[in-house]
Amino acid sequence: MLDTNLPVKIRVKNLSFYYGAFEALKSINLSILDRKVTAFIGPSGCGKSTLLRTFNRMNELYPKQKTTGEILMNNENILDARQDVNRLRARVGMVFQKPTPFPMSIHDNIAFGVKLYENLSRIEMNERIEWALQKAALWKEVKDKLKHSGTSLSGGQQQRLCIARAIAVKPEVLLLDEPTSALDPISTAQIEELMHELRKDYTIVIVTHNMQQAGRVSDYTTFMYLGEVIEFNKTHKIFTNPDQKLTEQYITGHFG
Amino acid sequence: MNAGFKHYYRRSTNAFALTLSLFAMVFGLFWLGWILYTLFIHAIPALKSTVFVQNTPPPGEKGGLLNAIVGSLMMSGIATCIGTPIGVLAGTYLAEIAPNHYLSKITRFINGILLSAPSVVIGFFVYALVVAKSGHFSGWAGVIALTIILIPVVVNSTESMLRLVPQTIREAAFALGAPEWKVITLVAYRAARSGILTGVLLAVARISGETAPLLFTALNNQFFNSDLAKPMANLPVVIFQFAMSPYDDWQDLAWAGAFLITLSVLAFNVVARILIRNKNARH
Amino acid sequence: MERHFDQEFSKLKDKILEMGNHVQAAVDLAIRGLTERNTDHFAQVHEIEKNINLAHLDVDKFCIRLFARQSPLGADLRLVFSVVKINADLERMGDQAVNIAYNGKDYLTRPPIKELVDLPKMGEEVKTMVRDALAAFFTLDVEQAKKVLMNDDVVDELKNKIFNELSSMMKANPAVVDGALDLILIARNLERLGDHATNIAEAAIFDANGEDVRHGKDKT
Repeated sequence: MLDTNLPVKIRVKNLSFYYGAFEALKSINLSILDRKVTAFIGPSGCGKSTLLRTFNRMNELYPKQKTTGEILMNNENILDARQDVNRLRARVGMVFQKPTPFPMSIHDNIAFGVKLYENLSRIEMNERIEWALQKAALWKEVKDKLKHSGTSLSGGQQQRLCIARAIAVKPEVLLLDEPTSALDPISTAQIEELMHELRKDYTIVIVTHNMQQAGRVSDYTTFMYLGEVIEFNKTHKIFTNPDQKLTEQYITGHFG
Repeated sequence: MNAGFKHYYRRSTNAFALTLSLFAMVFGLFWLGWILYTLFIHAIPALKSTVFVQNTPPPGEKGGLLNAIVGSLMMSGIATCIGTPIGVLAGTYLAEIAPNHYLSKITRFINGILLSAPSVVIGFFVYALVVAKSGHFSGWAGVIALTIILIPVVVNSTESMLRLVPQTIREAAFALGAPEWKVITLVAYRAARSGILTGVLLAVARISGETAPLLFTALNNQFFNSDLAKPMANLPVVIFQFAMSPYDDWQDLAWAGAFLITLSVLAFNVVARILIRNKNARH
Repeated sequence: MERHFDQEFSKLKDKILEMGNHVQAAVDLAIRGLTERNTDHFAQVHEIEKNINLAHLDVDKFCIRLFARQSPLGADLRLVFSVVKINADLERMGDQAVNIAYNGKDYLTRPPIKELVDLPKMGEEVKTMVRDALAAFFTLDVEQAKKVLMNDDVVDELKNKIFNELSSMMKANPAVVDGALDLILIARNLERLGDHATNIAEAAIFDANGEDVRHGKDKT
């Protein structure tokens, strides 16, 4: 079923997550493979976003939550209390559902994250910004207006700016939380094409409501239901002949 | 009830409500127009260059408002300089650091009371605390009173403006590995910048016209004085005294002072409007 | 912008072209085995057919993955759908080449009953049809595809001619019946090969402009 010889980037072990008394994730075990695109699919409230947000400990911004179990990244438990959360987040980039450009210039948007942990000269910084914008397939459109506000861009461009901003800090993992659900089909197609490029350098985890999108962009797919991983498999396997009946019911729309 | 009647009913309700709001607007504008017109008519003959270079005169002599203008500028300016950072920091605490902490809830409640407290009460409080204790009126006492009036306005506007910043932008900054203080200072403040500045401007507009707290604290001074330890002249109190007097010269100066205050409040409001509009235009 | 779908599809295109070449080679070898009276060629046809079968499975797997993952629409949908059908035709063509080799081998066990002229002609026609139909498919050339449809009439005529000729020979001389039956079956298989090439050309037209030209006379 799964080629277990491939290198694992993130290994989730018995991970449970609680919002107050509600158990949102129930003892999850899962391996995210290195330099592959893994999609999380499942109905609303199945815990896919919650699981994604444990990978950079984003959940901890809010009160009344508790995580148990382990998440090993490069064999080091990122949930460990000694783990520097800010450093962790610099290694695990995230792009959100709605584009989130900061209210500053395109240049400063990307420089913001880089400046946090690196001390670059002006020339090096400009090179880094160009590199990130090239990677995010945005350079051609904005190279003459780096001083313009990031909020002046179109929705699709803003989202690519956010991707550029995330990869500018050279993370190892890129988390995408429904990155195209607020975008039009053309921008969506651009972002999906971009993901095919980025998979070469990054381990990508994407949460999506759109099954077709999971099919198009991912190598592996995780189907989640009620806080549990029902099936983790190669994407084409999940979409042609899944092992679990529940998965088949979900992808064929016979749910409930 | 048939459709035609329903339609007619809706239309007439709509027309009635629109007419009412139109009248309300005309009513408000009418008084504002009248005030501005009256001020303008009376202030024109008094507005000579001497207003800005001579001090308040004894009855029957020529003079200006220099000491009052300088006093007002000094006290309002210093109150703004002291009150703004305190107000912004408190607002930041309420919006960013501990929005749900019990201390925040108490602070918010007290701030609400201060916000709506009559300024005469604040003047009286500072009088009892500072003037009565030190035995004399002083510019500092005026500064303290004005600061106490300004702070709650700034706290309130800062908190509201920071709350308008989408949480997703903060999350995006956190997701890059930014520590909280950088998220607040580099991202949240930046997003709320024009809103916070507008709040400060409106607070300054508010204190620049306050009379009651200054009557109890800075009182007045017939002579030019830039020493905050002594009683200090200021436009609102001068207007109050001169307007009440039987002397024509003084009354003219009162009109001039009233015109100047109105003009500056108007200017603050216009600048605040422009800031808000620019902010909206950018998004 | 080159899409990920196009990259994936170019791999599929290579596989289909390779199958087409296999089919042409198999037909060529089967006919040459007959004309050159060389059974080694027939053995090679069997080898090629195995490769065609492997490619057939591969292409099907590839197509179902494309359907599952890319959810193709519009031109993409017609393209993948057409490939599925063309794949089936090419596989059948491989089988028919094997049938020809089978009858050819049987024919070679006896002395020749006549000089073979029209059968090699048919073989050439069929090879050209396969080549042109696939070329029309990949270049979206409707005109070329329509020419392939016309070519099928030439193949059918040749088949009829061969049938008539052999029928007369059998009536005149019952001793040639075994050999003549082999040749009739070979002609029949070549005619079938032409029909499959026609199917490919029809798929090419559907792919190019969405027009379904099959069963032209039965419709309306």
